[in-house]
Formats: sequence, C-alpha cells, structure tokens
Amino acid sequence: MNAMLSALERLDRRWLFLLVGVLTLGPLLWPVGLPLGTSKPVQQFHDTIGALPEGSRVLFSADFDPGSKPEMVPMMKTALRQLFDRHCRVVVTCLWTGGSGIVDQTLEEVVAEYRAKGRTLEYGVDYADLGYKAGYEAVMVLMGKSILHTFPQDHHSHPTATLPIMRDVRDYSSFVLLVNISAGYPGTKEWVQQVNSRFHLPMVSGCTAVSTPEFYPYLQSGQLRGLMGGMAGAAEYERLRGESGSATKGMDAQSLTHVFVALCIVMGNLVHWSKRKGARP
Amino acid sequence: MTNIGGLRRVGWSGLLVFGLCAAAAWAQVEPVPVLEPEKPAVAVPAPPSRLSYDDVPNDAGSAVRLTWRLSADDTLGRGIVSGYVLERGTSPVGPWTLVDSIGFGIREQVDAGVSRNVPYFYRIAAWGPGGTTPALANAGPAIARETWFNTTRSSVLAVMLAFFVLVLYFMSLAQSGKKPFVRRLAGIDAIEEAIGRATEMGRPVLYVPWIQDIDEIQTVAGLVILESVARMTARYETPIRVPVAYPIPFTIAQEMVKSGYLNAGRPEAYDPDAVTFVSPEQFAYAAKIGGIMLRERPAAHIFMGSFYGESLLLAETGFSTGAIQVAGTANVHQLPFFVVACDYTLIGEELFAASAYLSGEPRLVGGLKGADMLKLFVILLILVGCVLETMGHHGLTEWMQTQ
Amino acid sequence: MKRELPLLLTAVIGLFMIMSFFVPHHLVSVPADFLQQCAVIMVAFGFALGGANALRVNLESIARRQPDWPYKLVLVVSLLFTIVIGLHDGRHWQDQSTWSMFLYNNIYSPMQGTMFALLAFYIASAAFRAFRIRTVEAGLLAVAALIVMLGRVPVGDAATNWLPEPLHLGVMQDWIMNVPQNAAKRAILMGAAMGVMATGLRVILGIERSYLGGGD
Repeated sequence: MNAMLSALERLDRRWLFLLVGVLTLGPLLWPVGLPLGTSKPVQQFHDTIGALPEGSRVLFSADFDPGSKPEMVPMMKTALRQLFDRHCRVVVTCLWTGGSGIVDQTLEEVVAEYRAKGRTLEYGVDYADLGYKAGYEAVMVLMGKSILHTFPQDHHSHPTATLPIMRDVRDYSSFVLLVNISAGYPGTKEWVQQVNSRFHLPMVSGCTAVSTPEFYPYLQSGQLRGLMGGMAGAAEYERLRGESGSATKGMDAQSLTHVFVALCIVMGNLVHWSKRKGARP
Repeated sequence: MTNIGGLRRVGWSGLLVFGLCAAAAWAQVEPVPVLEPEKPAVAVPAPPSRLSYDDVPNDAGSAVRLTWRLSADDTLGRGIVSGYVLERGTSPVGPWTLVDSIGFGIREQVDAGVSRNVPYFYRIAAWGPGGTTPALANAGPAIARETWFNTTRSSVLAVMLAFFVLVLYFMSLAQSGKKPFVRRLAGIDAIEEAIGRATEMGRPVLYVPWIQDIDEIQTVAGLVILESVARMTARYETPIRVPVAYPIPFTIAQEMVKSGYLNAGRPEAYDPDAVTFVSPEQFAYAAKIGGIMLRERPAAHIFMGSFYGESLLLAETGFSTGAIQVAGTANVHQLPFFVVACDYTLIGEELFAASAYLSGEPRLVGGLKGADMLKLFVILLILVGCVLETMGHHGLTEWMQTQ
Repeated sequence: MKRELPLLLTAVIGLFMIMSFFVPHHLVSVPADFLQQCAVIMVAFGFALGGANALRVNLESIARRQPDWPYKLVLVVSLLFTIVIGLHDGRHWQDQSTWSMFLYNNIYSPMQGTMFALLAFYIASAAFRAFRIRTVEAGLLAVAALIVMLGRVPVGDAATNWLPEPLHLGVMQDWIMNVPQNAAKRAILMGAAMGVMATGLRVILGIERSYLGGGD
C-alpha cells in the first residue's frame, strides 16, 4: 500500500492527462446513456421561452467564440429550436470578435433543419443575424437608444432597416425577451448590469459551467428568469425538449471525468496523509 | 332577310329570358338542398372604450402610456376579438399611423416611438374574424415631456453621494496626518519576496497584467500595481517581462514600466522590449505566456487583473515550472483556480486596495477607509431591509428598485 | 499641461457620464450617447492600432534576430496573409464560401477548441493536489467540492437514487450552490463592486493618476 502511495506521489502528471483523454474519448465513441434529471434553473429557462406568445420578437445575443463550442452550440441550437417552434421572430447579435462566424453557422444549421422538414423560415422575416459589433458594454447601452443605429448593417452586409423583421424595432422595448448564450466577457453579467437593470428587458442565460455559480445571485433576485449552466445544463434542456443532441451525448464523458477528478482528490489526500504519517517520529 | 334576322334575334333573346325565368322559378319551387350545417356568422367585435393616456415619467420625453377598457366581446373562448389596433396621429382627424397590433386581453401599451413635446392623438379599434370595429375610442392630445431627474434612481444617487462624501472625508483626514491603519496584504508582501528570489536565481519576473481592455477597471488596477512592481525590479536589477493583450493598455504599460524605472532612479536600465503586445485573442495570449514560462523560466509570476478561462492554463503551467506565483482578480469564478495553483491570491477588492497599500499615499489609503465605511453602511442597510421585509413593510425595497 | 489636460478630460467626461445616469433630459442624454458612440469607434480603432503594434514589435524582433524570431516570422506572415485574404474577399467575407471563412473554420476554430480543451487536463492535475485536507476547513471544502462535482452530473444522482431525497447528491449540490455558495459570492461581488467604485472615483477625481505614466 505504502509503495503504491509513494508511486502515486511521484506520478508524472502526464499519466493523469492520458487518463482524462481516454475517459473523455471512450464514452463519446461508445455512449453509456446515463439517465438525466432536470434542475430548477434549466426548467425555468425552458418555461420562460415556452410562455412567450406566438410571433413574439426575441433578441438573441450569442456571445462566444469557437473555443467554447462544445458547451455553447448545443444550448444555442436547442434554444433556437424552441423559439422557432413557438413561431417567435429571432434577432441574433454577437459581441465577441471571433464569434460571428460560428454564431451564423449555428443559426443557419438550425434553419436548414426546419427547411428539411418542410417549414420555410425566411431570412429577414422570421430571423435575422445582425452580426458582430465592436465596443463591448458600450454597444449594449447604445442598443438601448437605437438598435438600427447601432447595427446599420447585418452579418451579410444588408442594410438592417430594409429587413421586415426590423421594421418597427426601436430599442429593447421592441423585444419581449433577451436570450443570452455567453462564454465570458462581455456576456451575462454585463447584459444583466447594463440592460436588464437599466432597460428592464427580461432575460434568460445559458453560460459556461465555470461561470454558472457567479450568476446564481441574479437568478435568485429575478434578474435572470432562467439559467442553463454548461454542458450539463444544455443536456437537461435537450431532455426537456425531447432532443438528443451533442450535449446529451457529451454527458457520459463529463460524468466519467468528474468521477475521475473526484478520485484524484481522494488519492491526493491519501498520498498527503501517508506522507504526514511517515514524517512523524 | 332583315325580318328573318330580326326574328332570329328575338328568338334567341326569348330563349335566354325563358331560361332565366325558368331557373328562377325552379329555384323558388325547389330549395337548394342543405349539404352541411350552416355556420353561424361571427359578429363584428364591440369596440374598446375609455382610451386614456399618460406621459411616461422619468424619461427623455420619448414615451406615452395608453390604457383602455377591453371590448365587451373580449372574453376568453368566444373568439370574437383577435386583438386591437392602436393608431397615432398628429391631429384629431388623422392621418393615422399604426403604433402596434396588440393581442386580445391586453389593456395597456407604451408607445415609445414619439417625439418629445409634440401633441399626439390616439385611436383604438378591435378586430376579429367578423371584421374590425370603427375606432370609436379616441384620445389626445398626449404630450411626452422630458424630465431633469429620474426619481426612481434617487436611491442610487443617495448611496453614491454617501460614498463620495465618505471617501473625500477620509481622504482629507488622512492628508491632515491621521493616516488610517491598513491590514497586511500577504499577497502584496509576497511580490517583493518573489522578486528577491528571481534576483537570486538570475531569472526574470513575469507580470501578466490582464486579459481585458482599458474600459475594465481591473485593468486600471493591474496597471497601477505594475508601476510599483517595475520600481522593485528596477531596484533589484532584475529583468521584467510584461506581455499585454490589448493595444491601448500596451502603450500605458510601457509608460508604467518606464515610470517605475525612473522613480527607482535607474532610467538607463529600462528595456523597451520588456513590454510586448501579444493579441486580444484569449488563447493566443495564453499560449504566448505559456511559451514565456517554459522557454525563459521566470522565477516569479504575477497575475493581476481580469482573467477568464485562461486562468488555470496560466497558473498550472506556471506551477509546473516551480516559480513563485501571486495572483489577484475580482472575477469571482476564477478565484478558485488561482487559490489552488498560486502561492498567494488577492481576492476581489484586495486587488483594488493594492495600489493604495503599495504606494502608502495618504489620499489613496483614506479612500480605502471611506470604501470600508460604505461597506458598513450597506451591511446595515441589508439588515434593516431584512427586518422591514419580514415585518411586511416594503417601502425600503421599493425605494431601492430603479427604472 | 501634458498631464493636466488628460486629468481634466477624465474628470469632466467621467462626472458627465455619471450625471447622464440620473438625468434623462436631451441636453444630457444626447451628448452622452455621442460619447458612447465615440467609445465604440475607439474600440474599433484600437484593433487597427493593435495590428500595427504587433507588426512593429515583431518586425523589429525579426530584424534584430532575437532568440525566438522564427515564431515571430510565422506570426507576421499569418497576420499579413489573413489581411490579404480579407481584402480579397471584400464586403461579403463572412459568407460561407469565402477564403476567410475557410481559414476561420479550419484553422482558427480548431485551434481555439484545442486550447480550451486543455483545461480538462489541467483541472485534473490541479485537483490531484489542490484539495489537501490539512485542516477542518480544508476538509469541509473538499467534501463540498466532491458533492458538487458528482451532483452536477447524472452519475451522482444515479449512485444515490436509493437514498432518501434530501441525501441525493443532486439535491445536496443544489443546496450548496443556492445557499452557502451564493451568500459568499454575493459578499465578494459587493466588495469588488465597491472596490470598482472607489477606483473609479479615484481615477475621475485625478487622485489615482499613475496609470497616465511618467511619474508624479
């Protein structure tokens, strides 16, 4: 036992990296299908969108870049599907420099799904992508004055004012809800502080797992109507919607990795205690 | 021939008239068989009434709130009313512009498309499957007026003024010689120790200031600390490396390091390549710092500012090189990673207090005391709020809500 | 004057922007909007300045044959190549069939993903030594971490389904996240917010001026 513990103490951390790699890759290739539950914040996210009147105009700010694709894209896809199923009109924006490409691709992938099923979603009428705008929080504040002035052209360089979906859009009061999918700065915190607090636009958020705890106070205070954290949140949302997307598939890998990290904590302590015991006279 | 032609025309006309009469008689004698039950005709909805208007208070004169009494037919399940059409004009007789099409059951709408100090007239009509009622409910002139003070933000103003007064008072007190006590910040003390160790080992010091632009106040705090760190490295004659993510902080960081060397009395030792611009791309920046850590092997890593997903990448790579690591951030969700992988961590407001602690300047230290007093005030406010809410008094909570 | 003018500008614009939060009148809100638009434009110009900076710093290093100059050469070539491709694609460079989007999808996107994915490995090695139970407090921290870590994923709930509901790992982690975690986080957030206010005030009033450089 002692020999094993001292071997663990000297263990090269690259062995741990290898194990994490195997535990991540294995379940992605051979899914286990562990059962999923639903947490209250995700249920609230789902119910808030579910309660929107049909035809509502929704602002969808997707603030992430390809680095956080595995967490953000499944959330964005499922949220868009729920909005389109409710016949909501969706206006997408992006405040991340490297994000507009992946945001537009994700939007078009979801639209293509609907087209394949025979429902025509028309660009400029049912949805629009206003693309990226530099300026972080200043953009958020400016949108509160005039969205058409803030985004004079959309992602594809069309004049925004000519899009039918933008016909009577003035500012945040032209939307019933803000859906924010965010991987960091600028993101949920800034939308809450600059837009929800100042302009009182109701909002829901999907964010990375690491930043979820930071937004619990906003959820409790009602500033966020729903919160979806990380891949686990995205998988719960997919379950609520009866979908089996990439988040659900990734949950097996995440489960096993979490168990492995928990084991690391236990083993680390065993090593630590054995050292302390050995050091005592 | 003519007569024959005339007879033919009369004949054809007679046949046509006969045919029509016969069809009419047939229709009278034989009623059309009913193949399916006749649908009852949907009535035109009764009009909404009592349209009234109010200027939305506390704004720049950009909105008017309209309220009305629902159509008598607007009851759930009857399907007579589909919605309402609200229109606006600049005279009581039009021309009218559509403000919005509103769903059934809704009694209120804010028109945020008006210009200030212009009189507007409104009318509203109900519509449904049976048609649209004439717009009988008219109102006006409604004038949106701008105000000089948003009264719903008075609570914010009061707390902010209290803060300003406290900070300025304690600053003046500190300047008059009553310098307040500042507790020891182990993280800041460790910086000098780390620089000393780097000097002994003959290796550089790596200062990672921020991953954000100058509009982030943590960036400003990181810059201010950089000046003090540069002063120390100048004194110890140890090289410093400062990779920067954004262009504007890059030029400021150059100034800070130069000023640190100048203030230490060693301007000739300043290396213009000490501060380098990398990239605002988060992971490109992280990769560059990882490269510096592994190639140049600095003996001390100092992370001060706003960090995100790259924090653990940086701190863990730094840990593997065996360097002393000191971190400070107000990004709460990154604190656990720094606490785990660094030797010392400045938590939240300690980052902002660091510049006052390092400089020891009375006005800055006085400012810290003022901020602490406000914190006491906020704690008191929370306690009073909890008691009042528990007792069912909501006045304070309502006053604190802003619009 | 070189130092006084920036300080004066900072103070006037800072106080004006604070005032615009409380005063909706157009005499205040219109100039405030203009200043906000200026901020957006300056950020956009910042990127151009950044590109120029990157070129200058790296070209100098290449010219002086600094130790890692080949890396810098790769950087400069990539930067110029991307700019040329962007100019070639023109206004519609963001359309899916362009060379710019080819680079975005096949170089930028996988590289970003790879860097972010490295976190998984680093977290494992950090956890291996992070939660050492040296004291009672450290023990509480480690136990809470284990509950949250396992309670966040399906396997945790599946393993404790047979227990009464309050002992399900999912339920326990919900409580930890909603009550003690939230309380501590709020306190740190409020403290940090006051630090932000204090620093902002010091900058606006010109008390904190070292960020302007050049010493006092």
